Amino acid sequence: MTFFNDVKKILQQNIREYGMYIALFVIMIIFTITTEGTFISSRNIVNLVNQTGYIAILAIGMTLVIIIRHIDLSVGFLAGFLGAIAAIAMADPKVVQAGMNLPVYIVIPLTLVLGIVAGLLTAFLVAQMKIPSFVASLAGWLIYRGAILVVTESTGTIIINDDAFNAIGNGFVPDIPGIGILPGIHKLTLILGIIAIVAMALSEFNDRRKKLTYNFEVLPTEIFILKVVFTSAIIGGITWVLSGYQGLSWTAVIVLVVTIIYNFIMSQTVLGRHIYAIGGNPDAAELSGISVKKLIYVVFGSMGMLSALSGILFASRLQSATTTAGTLFELDAIAAAYVGGVSAAGGVGKVVGSIIGALVMTSLTSGMNLMGIGISYQYMVRGAVLAAAVIFDVATRNTGK
Amino acid sequence: MNAPILEMKNITKEFPGVKALSDVSFTVETGEIHCLVGENGAGKSTLMKVLSGVYPHGDYTGDILLNGEIQGFRHINDSEKAGIAIIYQELALIPEMTVFENIFLGHEISNSLVVNWNETIKQAGEMLKKVKLDINPATKVKDLGIGTQQLVEIAKALSKDVKLLILDEPTSSLNEQDSENLLQLLRDLKEHGVTSIMISHKLKEVIAIADSVTVLRDGQTICSLHARDGEITENVLIKHMVGREINNIYPPKKHIPTQEVILEVKNWNARNPSLGRDILKDVNFKLNKGEIIGLAGLIGSGRTELALSIFGNPGNFQISGDFYLNGKKQKFNHPKEAITAGISYVSEDRKGNGLILIQDVKQNISLANLKELAEHWVVNSNAEIKVANKYKTELNIKTPSVEQKVSNLSGGNQQKVCLGKWLFVKPNILILDEPTRGIDVGAKFEIYTIMTELVRQGMSIIMISSELPEVLGMSDRIYIVASGKIAGELKAQEATQEKIMKLATN
Ligand SMILES: Nc1ncnc2c1ncn2[C@@H]1O[C@H](COP(=O)(O)OP(=O)(O)OP(=O)(O)O)[C@@H](O)[C@H]1O
Ligand SMILES: [Mg+2]
Repeated sequence: MTFFNDVKKILQQNIREYGMYIALFVIMIIFTITTEGTFISSRNIVNLVNQTGYIAILAIGMTLVIIIRHIDLSVGFLAGFLGAIAAIAMADPKVVQAGMNLPVYIVIPLTLVLGIVAGLLTAFLVAQMKIPSFVASLAGWLIYRGAILVVTESTGTIIINDDAFNAIGNGFVPDIPGIGILPGIHKLTLILGIIAIVAMALSEFNDRRKKLTYNFEVLPTEIFILKVVFTSAIIGGITWVLSGYQGLSWTAVIVLVVTIIYNFIMSQTVLGRHIYAIGGNPDAAELSGISVKKLIYVVFGSMGMLSALSGILFASRLQSATTTAGTLFELDAIAAAYVGGVSAAGGVGKVVGSIIGALVMTSLTSGMNLMGIGISYQYMVRGAVLAAAVIFDVATRNTGK
Repeated sequence: MNAPILEMKNITKEFPGVKALSDVSFTVETGEIHCLVGENGAGKSTLMKVLSGVYPHGDYTGDILLNGEIQGFRHINDSEKAGIAIIYQELALIPEMTVFENIFLGHEISNSLVVNWNETIKQAGEMLKKVKLDINPATKVKDLGIGTQQLVEIAKALSKDVKLLILDEPTSSLNEQDSENLLQLLRDLKEHGVTSIMISHKLKEVIAIADSVTVLRDGQTICSLHARDGEITENVLIKHMVGREINNIYPPKKHIPTQEVILEVKNWNARNPSLGRDILKDVNFKLNKGEIIGLAGLIGSGRTELALSIFGNPGNFQISGDFYLNGKKQKFNHPKEAITAGISYVSEDRKGNGLILIQDVKQNISLANLKELAEHWVVNSNAEIKVANKYKTELNIKTPSVEQKVSNLSGGNQQKVCLGKWLFVKPNILILDEPTRGIDVGAKFEIYTIMTELVRQGMSIIMISSELPEVLGMSDRIYIVASGKIAGELKAQEATQEKIMKLATN
């Protein structure tokens, strides 16, 4: 059968890319069995997505940083620090007493800008002063750690009681009111899911048609259809599970939007190509007219902004800013990126992969929590999975395209 | 006829989409110098990688017999133990280490755990003597010229007690003198019983040194020729390599350069702050529209630095002097500005700063001019494939598709990708730095033809080349660079190899 041979060939050639999805799938199945279905329940999945949110956001930025052969260790405490700044600006008792507290729609952009500034500062050390990013960002790690302690010193944990802000990490997109059918199902989520499937299918067909008019190679028809059906099934499944609880959380919306934007930039735009080129061979990129320095600023600036966003998500989820916020976030984000197929040698990696990587890591935590496995073993399992993922990545690097 | 030291029988090796070797057989006699020639992508490097265990036993079909015994090397260490040493085209020395550390890297002289440095230095000295190199073994490799490094590589091979030495294009980046030294060394080693296999595109060299030559074409053995039968001549080799006769090495000159100066450099000085050394001193030259000028000189004379200092100065040299483009004074702070102004620079070091090896052919070709393929910063990937296919056809790049990773292409085809990348920028001024390094005779002619066609259309070319026949054959005018200075200028008609060498070495 040519069909099965084709499927086999395509799977073999793209095993690197599909490997992660398969891993995530397997992990989910295992936990579903061991927890007798609790793991796959709508409620748990929604929770899982919300838990992944702030790490996923960091992992997206970290993907770009690692692609250009750098690293940023400061992002965890930077996120924690900026979360605290946001909390103080909105809700610190003294600030409120003085009537100086700012509304949420000013605080959020302000925090993001502060994040960009912090990122540009690291970039300055790396690009201008030629300090290795490991060292430059380690300095940042220490500084922001201290900074969190300074700003939370007098008050300790700062409670945030702004409803709009807290909804970011805990709230859900409201449903369309007044539809009687399908009680208990979140209709808006369902509709959005259907729109997503249709949009995906249309864009795939469109792409294929364009390729055909150029006479370029495309997937065989059966396999193409199989791919579209399969992707639709996945989106449909996720939609169904989410709409069974409270629908899309705001966190999920934010992660989705950021992922789509970054994925688009990295795969379709000149900027993305330049970033990959720098990671692949900085000298060749420079000679090709790409300013490596400038892109270091862009990538670290974006990392700073995403750190701020991550800090906002985390503070909002806890409805407070704590003295330990951000601890180990950077390592979780780096691990997610590596699990997601980013290469330490630079030049290789996908934003979507890192999101999957982040999901793999939180699924492990969530699943093991449900099974009642102790935290000590959880660390070991996650370490083993990280190592296995990277081994798989290295082993498959030379197969396929 | 001596007994064969090596027989490779019916070797077949496939990569996804490419049959690199099909049923190749190849015999080397003990104590001879055997050259392997063939077009770019013919499978020469692949055959040697099969032999040395880079592609392990089982990855290919066929048999390797060393002194009559079947071998199944699974790793390069296995073949080293059997007395085979391979020297790749890209040098594998560690620049920050000393010569003696490099020579014994991987097989350190030690009593159990501790390295015996004194013995190492002594033996390294002996190895260096064998390759006739008079340098201090404690010199760092990065401080040596490329020719000397090549000899250190051979010293390293000798230290492993090599019986069969394989050299993949060893002279492609050496100047005439260093090449001659290397060939002489191979002859000396032959006297001492070392058999060599050498891959080369320089046919003159092959004729001078080979006892036998095997020609590969499209992954197949075409023939084996022997010097003792008087079969090895340039015409015969070319005919077997290309499959047809090539009468002219250089295309006829159809273009007439104008007198319109397009680029001029005056009192140009450059200093490399990290080396703390002046690299260019009072350089003056000009380039006319529709002209090919050759920059001749020894390796290390400063020609590449001169090109880079014009091309946006990516090395951050301290520069003084004036640079005019179309009569207008210009100063470029980044290659980006030079590219925008219509200058292309095809690097001499395609792996180092020419290509992105982990990306595919199309991404490499489009990189320097992505904006042309983009609308509102979004790259049109279909248009990109189209452009890449255009250059694939025009330059005859041998690859199953433009989506092949560049690292999987043969050396010569990588060079063509580089050229395609910079032609796509559609420059007015094209700087070619060693454009035919590692390129086969047929492809050389193609590249020369493209060059003449480009100047006929009004482009101007600066060609840096260490191959004097090429400089003489292609240039309208020749500048000779020596120690960072212009040592002389010759018109094509009056130039000879002797005149150039005299100026270059003074
Ligand atoms: N790792 C690989 N994956 C896929 N194809 C490969 C790989 N290595 C080599 N090839 C292909 O095998 C063929 C032979 O390549 P090889 O490097 O042996 O050529 P060559 O004779 O050494 O050429 P050159 O003179 O240009 O160096 C080429 O078509 C090349 O594209
Ligand atoms: Mg080769």
